[in-house]
Amino acid sequence: MDLVDDIRRGEVRAIARAISLIEDLEPEAELLADSLFPHTGRALILGVTGSPGAGKSTLVDRLITLERRSGHKVAVIAIDPSSPFSGGAVLGDRLRMQEHATDPGVFIRSMASRGFLGGVAAATGDVLKVLDAAGYDTIFIETIGVGQTEVKIVELSDIVLLVLMPGMGDEIQAMKAGVMEIGDIFIINKKDMPGADKLLMEVEYVLSFKNPGEDTVTNPIVMTSATNGEGIGLLREAIAAHRTEIARSGKLEQKRRFRLERELMGVLNRKIHQLMDVHIEVSKQLPDWADTLYRRKACPYALINKQIQNFLKEGRGDRTN
Amino acid sequence: MPLPEELKKQKKDWEETTVRKVISRYPELKAEFVTGSDKPVERLYLPESFSVEEYLGKQGFPGRYPYTRGVQPTMYRGRLWTMRQYAGFGTAEESNQRYRFLLEQGQTGLSVAFDLPTQIGYDSDDPRAEGEVGKVGVVVDTLRDMEILFDGIPLDKISTSMTINAPAAILLAMYIAVAEKKGIGKDKLRGTIQNDILKEYIARGTYIFPPAPSMRLITDVFAYCSREVPQWNTISISGYHIREAGSDASQEVAFTLANGIEYVRAALKAGLSVDDFAGRLSFFFNAHNDLLEEVAKFRAARRIWARIMKERFNATDPKSMMLRFHTQTGGSTLTAQQPDNNIVRVAIQALAAVLGGTQSLHTNSREEALALPAEESVRLALRTQQVLAYESGVTSTVDPLAGSYCIEALTDRIELEVWQYIDRIEALGGMVPSILKGYVQKQIQEAAFRTQKDIEKGERVVVGINKFQMEEKRPENLLRVDPAIRQVQTDKLSQVKRSRNSSRVQDSLSALRQGAKQDDVNLLPLILETVREYATLGEICQVLRDEFGEHKETIVL
Amino acid sequence: MPSKKTRILIAKPGLDGHDRGAKFIARTLRDEGYEVIYTGIRQTPEAIVQTAIQEDVDFVGLSLLSGAHNELFPRVVDLLKENGAEDIKVIGGGIIPEEDIPLLKEKGVQAVFGPGTSTEQIVEFIEHGSGR
Repeated sequence: MDLVDDIRRGEVRAIARAISLIEDLEPEAELLADSLFPHTGRALILGVTGSPGAGKSTLVDRLITLERRSGHKVAVIAIDPSSPFSGGAVLGDRLRMQEHATDPGVFIRSMASRGFLGGVAAATGDVLKVLDAAGYDTIFIETIGVGQTEVKIVELSDIVLLVLMPGMGDEIQAMKAGVMEIGDIFIINKKDMPGADKLLMEVEYVLSFKNPGEDTVTNPIVMTSATNGEGIGLLREAIAAHRTEIARSGKLEQKRRFRLERELMGVLNRKIHQLMDVHIEVSKQLPDWADTLYRRKACPYALINKQIQNFLKEGRGDRTN
Repeated sequence: MPLPEELKKQKKDWEETTVRKVISRYPELKAEFVTGSDKPVERLYLPESFSVEEYLGKQGFPGRYPYTRGVQPTMYRGRLWTMRQYAGFGTAEESNQRYRFLLEQGQTGLSVAFDLPTQIGYDSDDPRAEGEVGKVGVVVDTLRDMEILFDGIPLDKISTSMTINAPAAILLAMYIAVAEKKGIGKDKLRGTIQNDILKEYIARGTYIFPPAPSMRLITDVFAYCSREVPQWNTISISGYHIREAGSDASQEVAFTLANGIEYVRAALKAGLSVDDFAGRLSFFFNAHNDLLEEVAKFRAARRIWARIMKERFNATDPKSMMLRFHTQTGGSTLTAQQPDNNIVRVAIQALAAVLGGTQSLHTNSREEALALPAEESVRLALRTQQVLAYESGVTSTVDPLAGSYCIEALTDRIELEVWQYIDRIEALGGMVPSILKGYVQKQIQEAAFRTQKDIEKGERVVVGINKFQMEEKRPENLLRVDPAIRQVQTDKLSQVKRSRNSSRVQDSLSALRQGAKQDDVNLLPLILETVREYATLGEICQVLRDEFGEHKETIVL
Repeated sequence: MPSKKTRILIAKPGLDGHDRGAKFIARTLRDEGYEVIYTGIRQTPEAIVQTAIQEDVDFVGLSLLSGAHNELFPRVVDLLKENGAEDIKVIGGGIIPEEDIPLLKEKGVQAVFGPGTSTEQIVEFIEHGSGR
């Protein structure tokens, strides 16, 4: 594929076009993703998540500057939710990173969640392949960590940066479940605001409950003030140190293998779903099936099992009746 | 109908002290004021029977706390508002011509509009100035341009308002230097610099430096002027732009006064005492279409500010508690379609400002939704003010709408809403945190969105846009700025750079750099040195950019 | 099922800081189902073009009220062409005198939406008026 060659040469337009193909679920997207796959695995993928307003984009903006100084090419995928009403979205994260807009070594792409089947995580995974194959050394995925979907996105990363800020109150409680679990490096941004020390204690407290057993990797906590540029150097060092540690201990490889397993599961689930939809027209039939159930004329497992049996009997390929 | 006894007594007291004091310096313009039908008109109307205590507490007398009814006892009977048309475009030569024209036509004060590169501290030859030189205002790169701008204008007789914010200290220094060359002392200079950086972050966008060093520059101006330029209004705390960005009337007042609180706090923190500078704070509001609400808004603003200064900041000098303001009619209310309608809109808005007791007024011109005004248009805008002043009769008495049940109810309601906003902002830690968090911007955007949606739905009528539309000819003879201006200015700049003393320029810039590094150095004298040596605005601002950093926009929607 | 989305970049070139209109358009186009990338004020033409390419937008909407449109709008069009992205359509809005519109169109700006334009008119153009 010419497109693959262009991508591997780092041509911006080709990269951007490829991302669109994947987002739009075009038929060529699968072949594209597979063609790129052999050339992936080099980039370090950093997931950045946290509440809205914590300063994620500003932090990423600062980290990009440091990355560029050490000669790395950087890409950013900034994900924001689509409106559940209109399906549209305003994507404004890159506004805080625009000073890098004309740097040829930086690529920023805003993605909306779009209500993808399998969640935006599926598309993001393939978008990562494009950027990885294009030669970006560090790739940031930035998303708001408020729900399960976002947790999935963040699981695509090698290292997860969780950004917190003082004054969040009850949100720490809410975040304990799920996101705190998967954070690798914890950042207390806006450290000059009142409550920063209290937050530090709270985070240390929560982390103390993390399974101390097999996991000997430490979770650093870094205090930053992204707008003032304070603590960024320390953060970068913490990231580098963590990367070295997980590479050395085999944890990085473990994570990536596990990620591939999940990716395969995801593809399998989607494919089956798609297949079923084509052959037994799930989306079309669903309301009728539900109606049968509602009238207590059928039962859930029996109904689905029957459909699956019909499907298997027919075999793959064309329907005959 | 006779007045309640107590009120009669108070009125007599007021006349014998407050009024007499002013009349001895500013006699009223006529021995007797009469209506169009030749019937006598009182200086002041008072209500007949009700709670005197309430009246005195909420409205009182003009020229007395809480100044709801006006900051001077005689208002327009003693002196009309200053007719001050915002103007400026192209080169200093072209704007100088426009200023002379306006003064000849009866304008009573100057108001300078600067182009965007000047407002943001870039010289005309900077790549970022491409396309922008001289477009929205006059270009000023060095003292040379300032000298030309005020050529033939008596700076000791005319007050000048300059709409400049981030580099306000520099333009003020240039003004002082121009006056120096004309042999006019700083103590004679009267005028205003807008110098209101907080609203730039909120609504206008011509900021340069981050909030902290910007506040330092502002308090340096307060301190310097209180000693050296005592008649100068050091800031024009603005609500106009906040309203233009889409806020409602209460928000306009609330966010403006909250900014005011922030500035007062900053000055106190810098070591000034409140009565040293507060009397020279001035304000700038919008005059929108709903006449009754606008009048109420101005009255509420005065009452609230007086209370804030007295109760929160313990001001004792009455001048510190007086909210003096300039008004501009609302630009965003004007339409490109059927531009003549704008003349009518502006007349109503100007009336609101006058009924609201403004100290100074700018009226927009008919084609302002399309371009800067041509001479005839701005003259008509000026005439609008003159007709109001001399023919409408509303100037014959002070605060004529007071006591109207509607006006008082609106005034009270707006006051209540404003306090709620101010309390919310205090809870967030003050205006700077509120801005950085995006709270203020969000309020404004919500209001702006709703308004626009209402217009699109036809629920809010804009004549000529969603009702009474018509086919029309494209307007002609709009003012255009010659695109060659950038080259003209670049050439001028080269000339100035050739004829100045480079080593003295560098020395003065170094001294400024050193001063900027230290918090306790007042930068005004150092800036004055640089402008006297013809350092360019861009060079001076670059030094400050190096030392202070640049502010970056962070709030999206 | 997700379908292909139209992506639009709303940008403010030059030094003008009045963003009320641009923000309104961004939000209202979102409500119409588009994906809108909004990059804030003080964008150089170079930054706008790089952004448009990276984001693979269908339209670039330039909002400008300072009178610098004759210089800056064509600059964006030219830079898109130079970067092999002339298929990205440029539209403009703000304070633009009618007499400047023919020249802007000649230089490659597809449409200009002046004061008083409604969201409906813009959507109409995006869906039907741009030759898609």
